[in-house]
Amino acid sequence: MNEKKKNSSPDKSILVMDAPAIQRALRRIAHEIIERNPDLNQIILAGIPSRGNEIARRIADIISTIEKIPVGVGTIDVAMHRDDVGIRTELPAVRASDLPLPLETKTVIIVDDVLFTGRTVRAAMDAITSFGRPARIQLAVLIDRGHRELPIRADYVGKNLPTAPDEKVRLRLGEDEEGVWLVKEDAT
Amino acid sequence: MTTARWNRKDLLGLRELSADEINLVLETADAFKQVGTREIKKVPALRGKTLVNFFIEPSTRTRTSFELAAFRLSADVINITASASSLSKGETLKDTAKILEANHVDIIVLRHSSAGAPQFLAERLRSSIINAGDGAHEHPTQGLLDTYTIREKKKRIEGLNVVIIGDILFSRVARSNIFALTKLGARVTVVGPSTLVPRDFEKLGVAVSYDIDKVLPTADVVNLLRIQHERQRKEYFPGVGEYIRLFGLTKERAKLLKPDCLIMHPGPINRGVEIDSEVADGNQSVILNQVTNGLAVRMAVLYLCGGIAT
Repeated sequence: MNEKKKNSSPDKSILVMDAPAIQRALRRIAHEIIERNPDLNQIILAGIPSRGNEIARRIADIISTIEKIPVGVGTIDVAMHRDDVGIRTELPAVRASDLPLPLETKTVIIVDDVLFTGRTVRAAMDAITSFGRPARIQLAVLIDRGHRELPIRADYVGKNLPTAPDEKVRLRLGEDEEGVWLVKEDAT
Repeated sequence: MTTARWNRKDLLGLRELSADEINLVLETADAFKQVGTREIKKVPALRGKTLVNFFIEPSTRTRTSFELAAFRLSADVINITASASSLSKGETLKDTAKILEANHVDIIVLRHSSAGAPQFLAERLRSSIINAGDGAHEHPTQGLLDTYTIREKKKRIEGLNVVIIGDILFSRVARSNIFALTKLGARVTVVGPSTLVPRDFEKLGVAVSYDIDKVLPTADVVNLLRIQHERQRKEYFPGVGEYIRLFGLTKERAKLLKPDCLIMHPGPINRGVEIDSEVADGNQSVILNQVTNGLAVRMAVLYLCGGIAT
Protein backbone atom coordinates (compact mmCIF):
# COMPACT_ATOMS: atom_id res chain seq x y z
CA MET A 1 0.00 0.00 0.00
CA ASN A 2 2.90 2.29 0.79
CA GLU A 3 4.45 1.55 -2.55
CA LYS A 4 1.24 2.18 -4.36
CA LYS A 5 0.83 5.52 -2.66
CA LYS A 6 4.41 6.45 -3.48
CA ASN A 7 4.37 5.50 -7.11
CA SER A 8 0.92 6.48 -8.26
CA SER A 9 0.74 9.66 -6.09
CA PRO A 10 -1.89 11.38 -8.25
CA ASP A 11 -1.93 14.34 -5.85
CA LYS A 12 1.90 14.47 -5.78
CA SER A 13 1.97 13.47 -2.14
CA ILE A 14 4.55 11.06 -0.82
CA LEU A 15 3.84 8.87 2.17
CA VAL A 16 6.73 9.31 4.58
CA MET A 17 5.32 7.57 7.69
CA ASP A 18 2.53 5.04 7.92
CA ALA A 19 0.57 4.15 11.06
CA PRO A 20 3.06 1.54 12.40
CA ALA A 21 5.97 3.93 11.75
CA ILE A 22 4.21 6.70 13.73
CA GLN A 23 3.55 4.31 16.60
CA ARG A 24 7.20 3.15 16.62
CA ALA A 25 8.42 6.75 16.64
CA LEU A 26 6.15 7.65 19.56
CA ARG A 27 7.31 4.57 21.47
CA ARG A 28 10.93 5.60 20.98
CA ILE A 29 10.15 9.15 22.12
CA ALA A 30 8.43 7.71 25.21
CA HIS A 31 11.56 5.69 26.04
CA GLU A 32 13.80 8.73 25.55
CA ILE A 33 11.58 10.78 27.85
CA ILE A 34 11.77 8.06 30.52
CA GLU A 35 15.56 7.91 30.14
CA ARG A 36 16.06 11.68 30.44
CA ASN A 37 13.58 12.33 33.25
CA PRO A 38 14.35 10.21 36.32
CA ASP A 39 11.37 11.65 38.22
CA LEU A 40 8.46 10.95 35.90
CA ASN A 41 5.98 12.24 38.49
CA GLN A 42 7.21 15.72 37.66
CA ILE A 43 6.62 15.68 33.91
CA ILE A 44 3.68 17.25 32.08
CA LEU A 45 3.12 16.49 28.41
CA ALA A 46 1.58 19.69 27.11
CA GLY A 47 0.09 19.38 23.64
CA ILE A 48 -0.41 22.24 21.20
CA PRO A 49 -3.97 21.94 19.78
CA SER A 50 -5.16 20.00 18.16
CA ARG A 51 -2.81 17.27 16.93
CA GLY A 52 -0.24 17.97 19.61
CA ASN A 53 -2.89 16.94 22.16
CA GLU A 54 -3.43 13.61 20.43
CA ILE A 55 0.33 12.94 20.25
CA ALA A 56 0.84 13.98 23.90
CA ARG A 57 -1.98 11.66 24.97
CA ARG A 58 -0.45 8.72 23.07
CA ILE A 59 3.05 9.28 24.46
CA ALA A 60 1.58 9.56 27.98
CA ASP A 61 -0.28 6.27 27.47
CA ILE A 62 2.91 4.52 26.39
CA ILE A 63 4.91 5.88 29.36
CA SER A 64 2.11 4.90 31.75
CA THR A 65 2.04 1.38 30.36
CA ILE A 66 5.81 0.95 30.63
CA GLU A 67 6.33 2.59 34.02
CA LYS A 68 2.93 1.82 35.60
CA ILE A 69 2.41 5.41 36.73
CA PRO A 70 -0.01 8.10 35.61
CA VAL A 71 1.56 10.86 33.49
CA GLY A 72 0.34 14.46 33.55
CA VAL A 73 -1.02 15.88 30.30
CA GLY A 74 -2.20 19.37 29.41
CA THR A 75 -3.02 21.78 26.63
CA ILE A 76 -1.27 25.04 25.72
CA ASP A 77 -2.99 27.62 23.60
CA VAL A 78 -0.53 29.50 21.44
CA ALA A 79 -2.87 31.71 19.40
CA MET A 80 -2.98 34.54 21.90
CA HIS A 81 0.81 34.45 22.28
CA ARG A 82 1.67 34.59 18.59
CA ASP A 83 3.84 37.41 17.25
CA ASP A 84 1.90 37.85 14.01
CA VAL A 85 -1.47 39.08 15.26
CA GLY A 86 -2.38 42.09 13.15
CA ILE A 87 -0.21 40.85 10.25
CA ARG A 88 -2.32 37.87 9.24
CA THR A 89 -5.60 38.40 7.45
CA GLU A 90 -7.06 35.42 9.22
CA LEU A 91 -6.93 35.21 13.00
CA PRO A 92 -5.97 31.93 14.61
CA ALA A 93 -8.76 30.54 16.79
CA VAL A 94 -7.93 30.89 20.47
CA ARG A 95 -8.56 28.06 22.91
CA ALA A 96 -8.22 27.74 26.66
CA SER A 97 -4.95 26.37 28.00
CA ASP A 98 -5.12 23.65 30.62
CA LEU A 99 -2.03 22.85 32.67
CA PRO A 100 -1.88 21.13 36.05
CA LEU A 101 -0.66 23.79 38.51
CA PRO A 102 1.63 24.77 40.12
CA LEU A 103 4.43 24.36 37.58
CA GLU A 104 7.37 25.28 39.81
CA THR A 105 8.87 21.79 40.23
CA LYS A 106 7.65 20.43 36.92
CA THR A 107 9.24 19.60 33.59
CA VAL A 108 6.83 20.73 30.92
CA ILE A 109 7.33 18.87 27.65
CA ILE A 110 5.77 20.77 24.75
CA VAL A 111 4.34 18.33 22.22
CA ASP A 112 3.52 19.27 18.64
CA ASP A 113 3.07 17.48 15.33
CA VAL A 114 5.46 19.38 13.03
CA LEU A 115 8.40 21.61 13.98
CA PHE A 116 8.95 24.22 11.23
CA THR A 117 9.91 27.86 11.87
CA GLY A 118 9.92 27.49 15.66
CA ARG A 119 7.59 30.44 16.15
CA THR A 120 4.78 28.31 17.53
CA VAL A 121 7.16 26.81 20.08
CA ARG A 122 8.34 30.29 21.09
CA ALA A 123 4.70 31.27 21.65
CA ALA A 124 4.11 28.06 23.61
CA MET A 125 7.04 28.82 25.94
CA ASP A 126 5.59 32.30 26.56
CA ALA A 127 2.19 30.79 27.29
CA ILE A 128 3.66 28.30 29.76
CA THR A 129 5.62 30.91 31.67
CA SER A 130 2.44 32.97 32.17
CA PHE A 131 1.20 30.10 34.36
CA GLY A 132 4.36 29.91 36.46
CA ARG A 133 8.03 29.05 36.32
CA PRO A 134 8.54 25.39 35.48
CA ALA A 135 11.84 23.73 36.47
CA ARG A 136 12.51 23.11 32.78
CA ILE A 137 10.78 23.04 29.40
CA GLN A 138 11.52 20.40 26.77
CA LEU A 139 10.18 19.87 23.26
CA ALA A 140 8.89 16.73 21.54
CA VAL A 141 7.74 16.68 17.90
CA LEU A 142 6.64 13.93 15.56
CA ILE A 143 8.23 15.60 12.49
CA ASP A 144 11.12 18.06 12.29
CA ARG A 145 10.99 19.53 8.79
CA GLY A 146 13.73 22.16 9.22
CA HIS A 147 13.68 25.86 8.14
CA ARG A 148 13.92 27.32 11.64
CA GLU A 149 13.57 31.08 12.02
CA LEU A 150 14.45 31.08 15.73
CA PRO A 151 17.19 29.41 17.79
CA ILE A 152 15.00 26.48 18.84
CA ARG A 153 15.60 22.74 18.63
CA ALA A 154 13.62 19.70 19.69
CA ASP A 155 14.70 17.34 22.51
CA TYR A 156 12.72 14.43 21.08
CA VAL A 157 12.11 13.95 17.35
CA GLY A 158 9.99 11.23 15.71
CA LYS A 159 11.44 11.78 12.25
CA ASN A 160 13.74 14.32 10.65
CA LEU A 161 12.19 15.13 7.30
CA PRO A 162 14.20 17.30 4.88
CA THR A 163 11.76 19.53 3.00
CA ALA A 164 11.68 22.46 0.61
CA PRO A 165 10.12 25.59 2.13
CA ASP A 166 7.16 25.49 -0.27
CA GLU A 167 6.35 21.85 0.43
CA LYS A 168 3.67 20.91 2.93
CA VAL A 169 3.61 18.19 5.52
CA ARG A 170 0.18 16.60 5.87
CA LEU A 171 -0.73 14.55 8.91
CA ARG A 172 -3.62 12.30 9.70
CA LEU A 173 -3.96 10.99 13.21
CA GLY A 174 -6.72 9.05 14.90
CA GLU A 175 -8.50 8.56 11.59
CA ASP A 176 -9.03 5.52 9.35
CA GLU A 177 -5.95 6.12 7.31
CA GLU A 178 -3.17 7.34 9.56
CA GLY A 179 0.05 8.69 8.18
CA VAL A 180 2.38 11.54 7.31
CA TRP A 181 2.65 12.78 3.75
CA LEU A 182 4.92 15.25 2.03
CA VAL A 183 2.91 17.35 -0.44
CA LYS A 184 4.34 19.46 -3.27
CA GLU A 185 2.90 22.94 -3.26
CA ASP A 186 1.50 22.82 -6.83
CA ALA A 187 -0.57 19.75 -5.92
CA THR A 188 -3.27 21.85 -4.28
CA MET B 1 -16.51 24.40 17.63
CA THR B 2 -17.90 26.76 15.10
CA THR B 3 -16.05 27.19 11.84
CA ALA B 4 -17.09 30.83 11.45
CA ARG B 5 -14.55 33.41 10.41
CA TRP B 6 -14.35 36.95 11.69
CA ASN B 7 -13.97 39.63 9.03
CA ARG B 8 -15.14 42.72 10.86
CA LYS B 9 -12.96 45.58 11.98
CA ASP B 10 -15.85 47.01 14.02
CA LEU B 11 -18.49 45.76 16.41
CA LEU B 12 -21.43 48.13 16.05
CA GLY B 13 -24.36 45.92 17.00
CA LEU B 14 -25.56 42.34 17.24
CA ARG B 15 -28.37 42.78 14.74
CA GLU B 16 -25.94 42.41 11.83
CA LEU B 17 -24.06 39.40 13.26
CA SER B 18 -24.85 35.82 12.24
CA ALA B 19 -25.45 33.09 14.80
CA ASP B 20 -22.06 31.64 13.80
CA GLU B 21 -20.28 34.92 14.43
CA ILE B 22 -21.93 35.24 17.85
CA ASN B 23 -20.86 31.70 18.69
CA LEU B 24 -17.32 32.49 17.58
CA VAL B 25 -17.16 35.41 20.02
CA LEU B 26 -18.49 33.21 22.83
CA GLU B 27 -15.97 30.46 22.11
CA THR B 28 -13.14 32.96 21.90
CA ALA B 29 -14.30 34.37 25.25
CA ASP B 30 -14.05 30.84 26.73
CA ALA B 31 -10.35 30.88 25.94
CA PHE B 32 -9.80 34.38 27.32
CA LYS B 33 -11.79 33.74 30.50
CA GLN B 34 -9.12 31.27 31.48
CA VAL B 35 -6.37 33.92 31.20
CA GLY B 36 -7.85 35.54 34.34
CA THR B 37 -6.94 32.44 36.35
CA ARG B 38 -3.26 32.51 35.37
CA GLU B 39 -0.46 33.70 37.57
CA ILE B 40 0.38 36.29 34.92
CA LYS B 41 -3.01 37.55 33.77
CA LYS B 42 -1.75 39.01 30.55
CA VAL B 43 -1.17 37.76 27.03
CA PRO B 44 0.68 39.57 24.23
CA ALA B 45 -2.12 39.22 21.65
CA LEU B 46 -2.56 42.99 21.08
CA ARG B 47 0.94 44.12 22.04
CA GLY B 48 1.77 47.42 20.36
CA LYS B 49 -1.87 48.32 19.68
CA THR B 50 -3.38 51.47 21.14
CA LEU B 51 -6.93 51.62 22.41
CA VAL B 52 -8.90 54.72 23.28
CA ASN B 53 -11.84 54.51 25.63
CA PHE B 54 -13.94 57.37 24.32
CA PHE B 55 -16.88 57.79 26.68
CA ILE B 56 -19.18 60.69 25.96
CA GLU B 57 -21.73 59.31 28.46
CA PRO B 58 -20.74 58.43 32.01
CA SER B 59 -19.90 54.80 32.74
CA THR B 60 -17.74 53.09 35.29
CA ARG B 61 -18.27 49.40 34.81
CA THR B 62 -18.16 49.24 31.02
CA ARG B 63 -15.18 51.57 30.76
CA THR B 64 -13.27 49.72 33.49
CA SER B 65 -14.09 46.39 31.89
CA PHE B 66 -12.80 47.50 28.48
CA GLU B 67 -9.72 49.03 30.09
CA LEU B 68 -8.92 45.85 31.97
CA ALA B 69 -9.60 43.74 28.87
CA ALA B 70 -7.16 45.88 26.88
CA PHE B 71 -4.49 45.62 29.63
CA ARG B 72 -4.82 41.84 29.67
CA LEU B 73 -4.22 41.78 25.93
CA SER B 74 -1.13 44.03 26.34
CA ALA B 75 -2.66 46.96 24.43
CA ASP B 76 -1.95 50.53 25.56
CA VAL B 77 -5.00 52.43 26.81
CA ILE B 78 -6.03 56.07 27.08
CA ASN B 79 -9.34 57.18 28.55
CA ILE B 80 -11.20 60.23 27.29
CA THR B 81 -14.40 61.47 28.88
CA ALA B 82 -16.76 64.05 27.45
CA SER B 83 -15.90 66.77 29.94
CA ALA B 84 -12.17 66.26 29.43
CA SER B 85 -12.33 66.24 25.65
CA SER B 86 -12.41 69.10 23.19
CA LEU B 87 -16.02 68.18 22.48
CA SER B 88 -16.80 70.51 25.35
CA LYS B 89 -15.00 73.23 23.38
CA GLY B 90 -17.24 72.65 20.39
CA GLU B 91 -15.16 70.22 18.35
CA THR B 92 -17.28 67.77 16.37
CA LEU B 93 -17.20 64.05 17.07
CA LYS B 94 -15.72 63.45 13.64
CA ASP B 95 -12.88 65.90 14.18
CA THR B 96 -12.05 64.50 17.60
CA ALA B 97 -11.99 61.01 16.14
CA LYS B 98 -9.83 62.12 13.20
CA ILE B 99 -7.34 63.52 15.69
CA LEU B 100 -7.29 60.18 17.48
CA GLU B 101 -6.68 58.37 14.23
CA ALA B 102 -3.92 60.78 13.27
CA ASN B 103 -2.27 59.66 16.51
CA HIS B 104 -2.37 56.09 15.16
CA VAL B 105 -5.00 54.80 17.51
CA ASP B 106 -5.94 51.25 16.49
CA ILE B 107 -9.16 50.71 18.42
CA ILE B 108 -11.75 53.25 19.59
CA VAL B 109 -14.28 52.09 22.16
CA LEU B 110 -17.15 54.57 21.93
CA ARG B 111 -19.99 55.28 24.34
CA HIS B 112 -22.31 57.95 23.00
CA SER B 113 -25.81 59.23 23.74
CA SER B 114 -26.72 59.29 20.05
CA ALA B 115 -27.73 56.09 18.29
CA GLY B 116 -25.54 55.52 15.25
CA ALA B 117 -22.52 57.48 16.45
CA PRO B 118 -20.25 54.38 16.31
CA GLN B 119 -21.40 53.60 12.78
CA PHE B 120 -20.74 57.20 11.76
CA LEU B 121 -17.13 56.82 12.88
CA ALA B 122 -16.71 53.28 11.56
CA GLU B 123 -17.53 54.45 8.04
CA ARG B 124 -15.00 57.27 8.22
CA LEU B 125 -12.02 55.85 10.10
CA ARG B 126 -9.61 53.01 9.53
CA SER B 127 -9.48 52.32 13.28
CA SER B 128 -11.64 49.57 14.73
CA ILE B 129 -14.75 51.00 16.36
CA ILE B 130 -16.33 49.10 19.24
CA ASN B 131 -19.78 50.25 20.30
CA ALA B 132 -19.92 50.49 24.10
CA GLY B 133 -23.53 51.69 24.01
CA ASP B 134 -25.09 54.24 21.66
CA GLY B 135 -28.30 55.93 22.79
CA ALA B 136 -31.21 53.51 22.84
CA HIS B 137 -29.77 51.55 19.91
CA GLU B 138 -27.39 48.76 20.98
CA HIS B 139 -24.89 47.73 23.62
CA PRO B 140 -23.41 44.71 21.85
CA THR B 141 -20.82 43.64 24.43
CA GLN B 142 -23.51 43.63 27.13
CA GLY B 143 -25.73 41.47 24.91
CA LEU B 144 -22.80 39.12 24.33
CA LEU B 145 -21.81 38.85 27.98
CA ASP B 146 -25.42 38.19 29.02
CA THR B 147 -25.67 35.48 26.38
CA TYR B 148 -22.29 34.09 27.48
CA THR B 149 -23.43 33.95 31.12
CA ILE B 150 -26.67 32.15 30.23
CA ARG B 151 -24.79 29.67 28.02
CA GLU B 152 -22.23 29.06 30.77
CA LYS B 153 -24.86 28.38 33.44
CA LYS B 154 -27.48 26.60 31.34
CA LYS B 155 -25.10 24.92 28.85
CA ARG B 156 -27.34 26.03 25.97
CA ILE B 157 -29.36 28.95 24.62
CA GLU B 158 -31.72 27.18 22.26
CA GLY B 159 -35.21 26.62 23.65
CA LEU B 160 -34.71 28.65 26.85
CA ASN B 161 -37.40 31.05 28.04
CA VAL B 162 -35.73 34.39 28.65
CA VAL B 163 -37.80 37.18 30.20
CA ILE B 164 -36.51 40.75 29.96
CA ILE B 165 -38.25 43.11 32.37
CA GLY B 166 -38.37 46.87 32.52
CA ASP B 167 -37.79 49.85 30.31
CA ILE B 168 -37.50 48.04 26.99
CA LEU B 169 -38.18 51.04 24.77
CA PHE B 170 -35.17 53.04 25.88
CA SER B 171 -32.92 50.07 26.50
CA ARG B 172 -29.97 49.32 24.25
CA VAL B 173 -29.24 46.36 26.52
CA ALA B 174 -32.67 44.87 25.75
CA ARG B 175 -32.16 45.28 22.02
CA SER B 176 -28.73 43.66 21.94
CA ASN B 177 -30.00 40.82 24.14
CA ILE B 178 -33.02 40.28 21.89
CA PHE B 179 -30.87 40.06 18.75
CA ALA B 180 -28.32 37.65 20.22
CA LEU B 181 -30.77 35.39 22.03
CA THR B 182 -33.32 35.05 19.23
CA LYS B 183 -30.56 34.29 16.71
CA LEU B 184 -29.37 31.47 18.97
CA GLY B 185 -32.88 30.06 19.34
CA ALA B 186 -34.10 31.31 22.74
CA ARG B 187 -37.73 32.32 23.28
CA VAL B 188 -37.64 35.90 24.51
CA THR B 189 -40.49 37.69 26.29
CA VAL B 190 -40.33 41.39 27.11
CA VAL B 191 -42.36 42.67 30.05
CA GLY B 192 -43.02 46.14 31.45
CA PRO B 193 -45.39 49.10 31.47
CA SER B 194 -47.17 49.42 28.11
CA THR B 195 -45.65 52.88 27.62
CA LEU B 196 -42.17 51.35 27.80
CA VAL B 197 -42.93 48.05 26.03
CA PRO B 198 -44.63 48.81 22.73
CA ARG B 199 -46.27 45.97 20.79
CA ASP B 200 -43.89 46.85 17.94
CA PHE B 201 -41.25 44.71 19.63
CA GLU B 202 -43.10 41.63 18.35
CA LYS B 203 -41.55 42.46 14.97
CA LEU B 204 -38.16 41.53 16.46
CA GLY B 205 -39.44 38.01 17.09
CA VAL B 206 -40.19 38.34 20.80
CA ALA B 207 -43.39 37.99 22.83
CA VAL B 208 -44.74 41.08 24.60
CA SER B 209 -46.46 40.80 27.98
CA TYR B 210 -47.75 43.24 30.58
CA ASP B 211 -48.40 40.62 33.26
CA ILE B 212 -45.18 39.70 35.04
CA ASP B 213 -46.76 37.11 37.34
CA LYS B 214 -47.92 35.12 34.33
CA VAL B 215 -44.47 34.86 32.69
CA LEU B 216 -42.24 34.30 35.72
CA PRO B 217 -43.19 30.65 36.47
CA THR B 218 -41.94 29.34 33.11
CA ALA B 219 -38.85 31.54 32.87
CA ASP B 220 -35.37 29.97 32.68
CA VAL B 221 -33.75 33.40 32.88
CA VAL B 222 -35.01 36.80 34.00
CA ASN B 223 -32.99 39.83 33.01
CA LEU B 224 -33.95 42.99 34.89
CA LEU B 225 -33.16 46.29 33.31
CA ARG B 226 -32.35 49.41 35.25
CA ILE B 227 -34.94 52.14 35.13
CA GLN B 228 -32.96 54.75 33.28
CA HIS B 229 -34.07 57.89 35.02
CA GLU B 230 -31.78 59.91 32.78
CA ARG B 231 -33.72 58.86 29.68
CA GLN B 232 -37.17 58.82 31.28
CA ARG B 233 -39.84 61.37 30.71
CA LYS B 234 -42.73 61.71 33.11
CA GLU B 235 -45.43 60.58 30.73
CA TYR B 236 -43.72 57.24 30.09
CA PHE B 237 -43.10 56.16 33.64
CA PRO B 238 -45.84 55.22 36.11
CA GLY B 239 -43.90 56.32 39.20
CA VAL B 240 -41.52 54.30 41.33
CA GLY B 241 -44.12 52.96 43.79
CA GLU B 242 -46.41 51.72 41.10
CA TYR B 243 -43.51 50.28 39.10
CA ILE B 244 -42.35 48.22 42.07
CA ARG B 245 -45.90 46.98 42.68
CA LEU B 246 -46.43 45.96 39.05
CA PHE B 247 -42.99 44.96 37.79
CA GLY B 248 -40.45 44.91 40.60
CA LEU B 249 -38.81 41.56 41.35
CA THR B 250 -39.68 41.57 45.02
CA LYS B 251 -38.92 38.80 47.50
CA GLU B 252 -42.52 37.56 47.27
CA ARG B 253 -42.62 37.65 43.50
CA ALA B 254 -39.29 35.80 43.23
CA LYS B 255 -41.04 32.79 44.81
CA LEU B 256 -42.90 32.33 41.52
CA LEU B 257 -39.60 31.52 39.79
CA LYS B 258 -38.30 28.03 39.10
CA PRO B 259 -35.52 27.23 41.59
CA ASP B 260 -32.95 27.08 38.78
CA CYS B 261 -34.08 30.26 37.08
CA LEU B 262 -31.16 32.69 36.64
CA ILE B 263 -31.56 36.29 37.77
CA MET B 264 -29.54 38.83 35.80
CA HIS B 265 -29.06 42.57 35.88
CA PRO B 266 -26.68 44.62 33.73
CA GLY B 267 -26.13 47.09 36.58
CA PRO B 268 -25.98 49.53 38.14
CA ILE B 269 -28.80 48.21 40.33
CA ASN B 270 -31.49 50.40 41.82
CA ARG B 271 -31.96 48.24 44.89
CA GLY B 272 -35.58 48.15 46.01
CA VAL B 273 -36.84 49.35 42.62
CA GLU B 274 -36.44 46.80 39.85
CA ILE B 275 -35.10 44.20 42.26
CA ASP B 276 -35.11 43.64 46.04
CA SER B 277 -31.72 43.49 47.72
CA GLU B 278 -32.26 39.93 49.01
CA VAL B 279 -33.03 38.75 45.48
CA ALA B 280 -30.09 40.58 43.93
CA ASP B 281 -27.74 38.93 46.45
CA GLY B 282 -29.52 35.55 46.49
CA ASN B 283 -28.21 32.27 45.13
CA GLN B 284 -30.13 32.51 41.85
CA SER B 285 -28.42 35.80 41.07
CA VAL B 286 -25.58 35.69 38.51
CA ILE B 287 -25.02 39.43 38.53
CA LEU B 288 -21.36 39.15 39.57
CA ASN B 289 -20.75 36.35 37.05
CA GLN B 290 -21.94 38.81 34.41
CA VAL B 291 -19.20 41.22 35.45
CA THR B 292 -16.47 38.55 35.34
CA ASN B 293 -17.69 37.26 32.00
CA GLY B 294 -17.89 40.80 30.64
CA LEU B 295 -14.12 41.01 30.86
CA ALA B 296 -13.62 37.77 28.91
CA VAL B 297 -16.17 38.74 26.28
CA ARG B 298 -14.57 42.16 25.80
CA MET B 299 -11.13 40.56 25.45
CA ALA B 300 -12.60 38.34 22.74
CA VAL B 301 -14.17 41.30 20.92
CA LEU B 302 -10.98 43.38 21.08
CA TYR B 303 -8.92 40.42 19.91
CA LEU B 304 -11.23 39.66 16.99
CA CYS B 305 -11.74 43.25 15.80
CA GLY B 306 -8.29 44.59 16.68
CA GLY B 307 -6.28 41.53 15.70
CA ILE B 308 -7.09 41.32 12.01
CA ALA B 309 -4.88 43.06 9.50
CA THR B 310 -6.53 46.22 8.18
